[in-house]
Amino acid sequence: MTAAGPSVFLLMVNGQVESAQFPEYDDLYCKYCFVYGQDWAPTAGLEEGISQITSKSQDVRRALVWNFPIDVTFKSTNPYGWPQIVLSVYGPDVFGNDVVRGYGAVHVPFSPGRHKRTIPMFVPESTSKLQKFTSWFMGRRPEYTDPKVVAQGEGREVTRVRSQGFVTLLFNVVTKDMRKLGYDTGPPDTQGTSGPSPPQSIPR
Amino acid sequence: MNPKEEKVKIITEEFIENDEDTGVGRQKKTSKTARQKRKKQLPTAGGPEEMVSENPHLGDQQEPMQEDSDTRPLSITSRRGPRSLPPIPSASRTGFAEFSMRERMREKLQAARFKAESTLLREIPALQPRRLQSPNKRELETEFGTEAGEEVQRTQQDDFQSYSRVKFRDSVQKIKPKLPVPPGFPSAEEAYNFFTFNFDPEPEESQEKPKAKTRAGTNQEEEEGGEEEPPAQGERRTDEEELLSAKNEEDFLLGLDHTAEDFIAIRPAEYESVHIRLQMERELLFVPSRVTVPTYKKLPENVQPRFLEDEGLYIGARPEVPRACQNTMENRLLTQEPGRKWFGDDGRILALPNPTKAFPSRPPMLTQAQDIKAELETLYRKAVKYVHRSQHMIGSGDPPGNFQLDIDISGLIFTHHPCFSREHVLAAKLAQLYDQYLARQQRNKAKFLTDKLQALRNAVQTGLNPAKPHKSLDTTQKAINEYKSEIREKVDQEADEAAYEAEIQAEISELLEEHREEYEQRMEAYRAAYQQWKAWKKAQRAKKKKKKQEHPVEEHPDEGLEEPYPGEEPVKPVPPEPTDQALVEQQVRERAARSRRRPGEPTLVPELSLAGSITPNEQCPRVEVLRREDVKRRSIYIKVIFNDKEVSRTDSRPLGADFRVHFGQIFNLQIFNWPESLTLQVYETVGHTGTTLLAEVFLPIPETTVVTGRAPIEEVEFSSNQHVTLDHEGVGSGVPFSFEADGSNQLILMTSGKVSNSVAWAIGENGIPLIPPLSQQNIGFRSALKRADAISSIGTSGLTDLKKLAKWAAESKLDPNDPNNAPLMQLISVATSGESYVPDFFRLEQLQQEFNFVSDEELNRSKRFRLLCLRSQEVPEFRNYKQIPAYDREILEKVFQDYEKRLRDRNIIETKDHIDTHRAIVAKYLQQVRESVINRFLIAKHHFLLSDLVVEEEVPNISILGLSLFKLAEQKRPLRPRRKGRKKVTAQNLSDGDIKVLVNIIRAYDIPVRKPAASKFQQPSRSSRTFSEKRAASPTTHSPTHSVDYPLGQVLVRPFVEVSFQRTICHTTTAEGPNPSWNEELELPFRAPNGDYSTTSLQSVRDDVFINIFDEVLYDVLEDDRERGRGIHTRIERHWLGSVKIPFSTIYFQAKIDGTFKIDIPPVLLGYSKERSLIIERGFDSVRSLSEGSYITLFITIEPQLVPGESVREKFDSQEDEKLLQATEKFQTECAFKFPHRQCLTTVTDISGKTVFVTRYLKPLNPPQELLDACPNSPQATAELVARYVSLIPFLPDTVSFAGICDLWSTSDQFLDLLAGDEEEHAVLLCNYFLSLGKKAWLMMGSAIPEGPTAYVLTREQSHYLIWNPCTGHFYGQFDTFCPLKSVGCLIGPDNIWFNIQRYDSPLRINFDVTKPKLWKSFFSRSLPYPGLSSVQPEELIYQRTDKAAAAELQDRIEKILKEKIMDWRPRHLTRWNRYCTSALRHFLPVLERSRGEDVEDDHRAELLKQLGDYRFSGFPLHMPYSELKPLIEAVYSTGVHNIDVPNVEFALAVYIHPYPKNVLSVWIYVASLIRNR
Repeated sequence: MTAAGPSVFLLMVNGQVESAQFPEYDDLYCKYCFVYGQDWAPTAGLEEGISQITSKSQDVRRALVWNFPIDVTFKSTNPYGWPQIVLSVYGPDVFGNDVVRGYGAVHVPFSPGRHKRTIPMFVPESTSKLQKFTSWFMGRRPEYTDPKVVAQGEGREVTRVRSQGFVTLLFNVVTKDMRKLGYDTGPPDTQGTSGPSPPQSIPR
Repeated sequence: MNPKEEKVKIITEEFIENDEDTGVGRQKKTSKTARQKRKKQLPTAGGPEEMVSENPHLGDQQEPMQEDSDTRPLSITSRRGPRSLPPIPSASRTGFAEFSMRERMREKLQAARFKAESTLLREIPALQPRRLQSPNKRELETEFGTEAGEEVQRTQQDDFQSYSRVKFRDSVQKIKPKLPVPPGFPSAEEAYNFFTFNFDPEPEESQEKPKAKTRAGTNQEEEEGGEEEPPAQGERRTDEEELLSAKNEEDFLLGLDHTAEDFIAIRPAEYESVHIRLQMERELLFVPSRVTVPTYKKLPENVQPRFLEDEGLYIGARPEVPRACQNTMENRLLTQEPGRKWFGDDGRILALPNPTKAFPSRPPMLTQAQDIKAELETLYRKAVKYVHRSQHMIGSGDPPGNFQLDIDISGLIFTHHPCFSREHVLAAKLAQLYDQYLARQQRNKAKFLTDKLQALRNAVQTGLNPAKPHKSLDTTQKAINEYKSEIREKVDQEADEAAYEAEIQAEISELLEEHREEYEQRMEAYRAAYQQWKAWKKAQRAKKKKKKQEHPVEEHPDEGLEEPYPGEEPVKPVPPEPTDQALVEQQVRERAARSRRRPGEPTLVPELSLAGSITPNEQCPRVEVLRREDVKRRSIYIKVIFNDKEVSRTDSRPLGADFRVHFGQIFNLQIFNWPESLTLQVYETVGHTGTTLLAEVFLPIPETTVVTGRAPIEEVEFSSNQHVTLDHEGVGSGVPFSFEADGSNQLILMTSGKVSNSVAWAIGENGIPLIPPLSQQNIGFRSALKRADAISSIGTSGLTDLKKLAKWAAESKLDPNDPNNAPLMQLISVATSGESYVPDFFRLEQLQQEFNFVSDEELNRSKRFRLLCLRSQEVPEFRNYKQIPAYDREILEKVFQDYEKRLRDRNIIETKDHIDTHRAIVAKYLQQVRESVINRFLIAKHHFLLSDLVVEEEVPNISILGLSLFKLAEQKRPLRPRRKGRKKVTAQNLSDGDIKVLVNIIRAYDIPVRKPAASKFQQPSRSSRTFSEKRAASPTTHSPTHSVDYPLGQVLVRPFVEVSFQRTICHTTTAEGPNPSWNEELELPFRAPNGDYSTTSLQSVRDDVFINIFDEVLYDVLEDDRERGRGIHTRIERHWLGSVKIPFSTIYFQAKIDGTFKIDIPPVLLGYSKERSLIIERGFDSVRSLSEGSYITLFITIEPQLVPGESVREKFDSQEDEKLLQATEKFQTECAFKFPHRQCLTTVTDISGKTVFVTRYLKPLNPPQELLDACPNSPQATAELVARYVSLIPFLPDTVSFAGICDLWSTSDQFLDLLAGDEEEHAVLLCNYFLSLGKKAWLMMGSAIPEGPTAYVLTREQSHYLIWNPCTGHFYGQFDTFCPLKSVGCLIGPDNIWFNIQRYDSPLRINFDVTKPKLWKSFFSRSLPYPGLSSVQPEELIYQRTDKAAAAELQDRIEKILKEKIMDWRPRHLTRWNRYCTSALRHFLPVLERSRGEDVEDDHRAELLKQLGDYRFSGFPLHMPYSELKPLIEAVYSTGVHNIDVPNVEFALAVYIHPYPKNVLSVWIYVASLIRNR
């Protein structure tokens, strides 16, 4: 890194997959992974993780709590392809087969600070009633070939989905050198900024 | 024709003859006579006679001179013959003047008798006429002088014809003018003279004097008359009078002519001196001057030239005439008397617009060589065959459906329908009439005619003004007359149109004026006639007196003879009546009242309304109710047929009670080509039962100017010939019916109607009409506008831009008066006069400017931005670019270098890598095709199916359920375990080193064995057998003969196998003997290009696995025998024996390769021979010995197993018939259901990405003539040669060039142009050649080793089948076990496809008789007959002879490069080249080529040994088709010749290229290493 200024900025995300609301299902676990653009590279932490199986709480909230930590650091040169976290929730069906209970994705918050996100979860639908029955019977529900599909828009038009529940996520975001590279993502107060004033035009 | 008229005709004929006789120098008079004649006869004969007599005279007037010169010499004598006899003319001249004549003659005769005595007594000198001659002649000559212009045609003949008669003629001429001037008919004296002359010649002389006197008198009279009367007419008249009289006289005198013949004197031949002749010519010939004629001479005096063009009349372009010619012509015309009539009002010669083409159809001749400019010089350019290259560039951004035709079908009206009641029929008639009226109204005919009338009147006015009636010239007069006649016409024509009082007045005044003019003319005529009459009277009186004196006692025997004289006594002319104005007015008014709308009377405009109420159903008779119900049941729809294909149809609409159907549908036809036909089919549906085609309506294809929004709705009529009889009130169609009660007056009406529609070209987003380019159109469709075609000059898009159009019109100087341009001018005037302001720009995003944070230039300069753009476009270089730097300064320029270079090079063909330019072009082209296909693939990659995104279990069918139930009962650990498929790995998360290629080398057969150097001249076995031997499959021909040379147990060969892949080399241990068994597994790492393990990247790996077989030779290098005990000093040498090459792509797609392959052994292997030892012979069955060559058994696979990429699901568009495509799908599913693993091919993708039925590829095509000529006697040899030619075309698998996306088939000419293709192309070409050779040949789709699914060619010889491998040129019998083809899927012939439905698919076990439907399922059968598909192949293949010099040059270059390479590969050793050996090898290569590598080994070996006896050498020729240099280098490298590091080794390398037609090159490389024997 030269004295003239940094060439990359860093994004540190930590937080947790807190809990989920799946009224119909119990004993679920979740997987998460990040989807990011070509200019991004993870520098530290885990990109993917799989949680423990949790059962519904006995209280009225009927919450499924995982409190599964997320801790990853990215570096990038370009906000394009900002990381998204993709969640997929699985749980056993009546026959004991693991079936998918929901997919969901959300962008990592842009601005530094603490953010809470609740994301709706959905599953792809069977193509026909018969299919639905057999898939239920066989315990092989339709799944996405790759959970990362839910982080992109392309090709989604061919699928039909049904929403199933919600997952709540907590993010703590720290960025480094974003301002120096000319990206102003923070809240309007500039109290914590250091270094030179924001450049007036695109950096060269 | 009544007898009277006839007579007059005869008389006029007489006059013509007279004219001729008057002859030379009297032309003026002749013409005058004609006019005179006209005048004369007016009062006397009048009416029809006038016309009759006039006509011949006019004709006479036009060509008097020719007749003069040519006809006279003969005609005179012959015609005059009978004329000299008086009775004949008299007989013919019984006529109207007869009686008066008789009367007069009688008088005269009496008078003559009375004076007889005195006359006889008189003495008159006979020579008197001679004396008078000279002055007369002079007079004539002066006449000549003045009228030289009319004398052009006089010939010499004229002069000396009947010279003898000159005297008489002279006398005649002398006398003629002196005769008195009786009008029209001979005077009494003449008649008298005529009759008396024969009997008594003397009176002639006596006559002469008074005649001369009278002549003088008349002359005086004439002059006086000329002064008195208006000059033109007066003059003419007197002349005419004089002439006429002269003629009569001459007629009379010529009677004498004949009698005078008796006096002919014989004279010597006449000589005319040159001088005289010149003089005469000068007199006779007229040379017009070339000086420009001033305008005033060409126009009537005091008339300003008038330019019609300035007055707003259209004058076409005059033809180009050189100025000098024009001047000459003008001068010539002006000297003629009525010359001025040839000039127009503008003082130029009248000319019609130029009818000729503006541009010469013949190229201009360049006569002067030095005038040719450099740019006009002809350049010779070689004809270039046009290949549709651009069309393959699919990714170039042509959206599908380039062009759009909008068809708006608004509705349908029946003018007759079977369900019409009688009332409807009448109503339809009324409507038709009303339509006609409307159309007429629209065309505004009345207004148009009125305007034209007005314009013509104006023109008359302007024409009259400058030309005072007094001095009006012929031309103006004529023009005005024309106008007037036209006005008259117009008035008559439009008499039924609107009329106005003023117009009536104008007409009256016109008529009056006309009448007045006529009256004046008549008055003039009258005056002239009167004058004449008076003169005649005078003359008559004088004559009477004279006659009485001359013939006092003349006795005429027969009074009847005198009367025929046509001399008519002029009737006293009656003065014409002045026009009665009141009468004229009354006439006009009458006519106006008859035909015109009275002033003040309102204009009646008929209007047709359909407001009448319809009788409700209850009140109608039953039949009518039935009819109405029938109508209700009917509905109509229209099919749109484009190029004979139905493209769409309208909704079915019920037929209304008024027989109108409203559709209001617009069809947008997306089309590619210029439409050929556009048809609407009207269908009628009755109830739910039947649909009948009522009629077809053919729509015209719109002009390119017709675009949507501007196309008018047009009504196209149609009619149907169907016959319909209905049982209700409906009148039916095509059946007679009648309105009358009694059934008379029958009518037959056919169903007819009108479709209102509009067809127009759509306008694209950017305002450009979506019209196919003009080049696509057939010539027949071209618009009639040619030269001044606005469209061609500014393009169709310009037509929408009126400003551009107006500008063009101004620039091209369109004639605004040209009727052709009228609509254009109107459009422009409308466009330019409109004051509405149209901004010349349109801004879509008005505020874009404000939102731009940097200027565009700055943005474009940013390297980072560019990099991001390129990456998002998925440009190959940047597709996977990671972490684009945040700053421009961190981006290195060289990142773009490759990309820019590639862009630059796209169009530059560089010959650096490719020695041959043609190959370079082909390589470039392939690259481009590949890019476009990849682009398409990338696009296709973004199309998703549900199965791409969602994994969903299939609904299990009963068998699967049963199986899974069965599985439950299955043993956990079966005793005979089944082989389980390996786990397949998707290629995403792989990295270098993860993938290995496993090569299992099991064993080899029949490896060539070393030959001891001693046995130089042994007879080796031939490396291959002839065609017949192979076919015969008899092992006896190959009995081992040389086993004696090899003692049992001697090591013949120590082969080992070396496998090289991506320059990684592994080798097996050394085995012994010609049939070694290794059974070793070699592991070779695989590196994907650029570390990209994606499917696409793996598919495009082009590396080959080389499996080389070497012989390990140990040489004792111990120089001293004494040391033998203490150490072993041997050198290991390895000699290349042969190789097998397997492309990686094959391994990748096949997942495993398992089988026995033929080792590619060079035809000559120095130091080795292919021997079969007794041991081996015994050990193997005879089947093996059927086949020649060495074999190796291999098993190759990739670990882990990779999932081969799937081909793109893309339904390509096709030009095949939809039915055929459906049939192919059905056929394929049926076949796949029965035999899922057998290849069934019905449609293929051609190089432009369109689906084509496969049989279209098969068609007899001519092989190069050169090959046919090579062995004309042996068809088999020819077939082999052809197969060899095909195999010499380089092989390039589709999967490599097109990344496994799809299998593209190129046609044979494309294949030969590209000089690269895979098995299918080779097979198609070979099959086509065989077909053209007259063989029965099929394309055989199946699978072979090592290629996998492939195409072979099957031919049927007399009794057996042969299988040809098109890529190698080898052929196999059906029962050859070593045939690489392992299974047969289907056979394809030029007209059918047969799918193998036999139990087995191995060629050994199947029957190739395709006529058996139980064995072969044919595509076209009785249920689907072959429709006769046209071939996609060219008519004929054209072969260019390959440039021998270029081949030789290439040969030298390759040799040089290879030598350099070998030296490079031996960096630590000195590489010596043995020139002697090289040249020996070089001489040997052509022999190899000639013999195709067969049957030469022994001679060759012998020769080499003889030449290089003291060398120990190993070497071999390599033979390859030439595509590019790299494979050659690879091949040489893989043999490892360079690996010998014996210090004194020498090398020899020779290259030979044999050119075949069409740039197919066969490359031979002979490499040898030599070691000098000590």
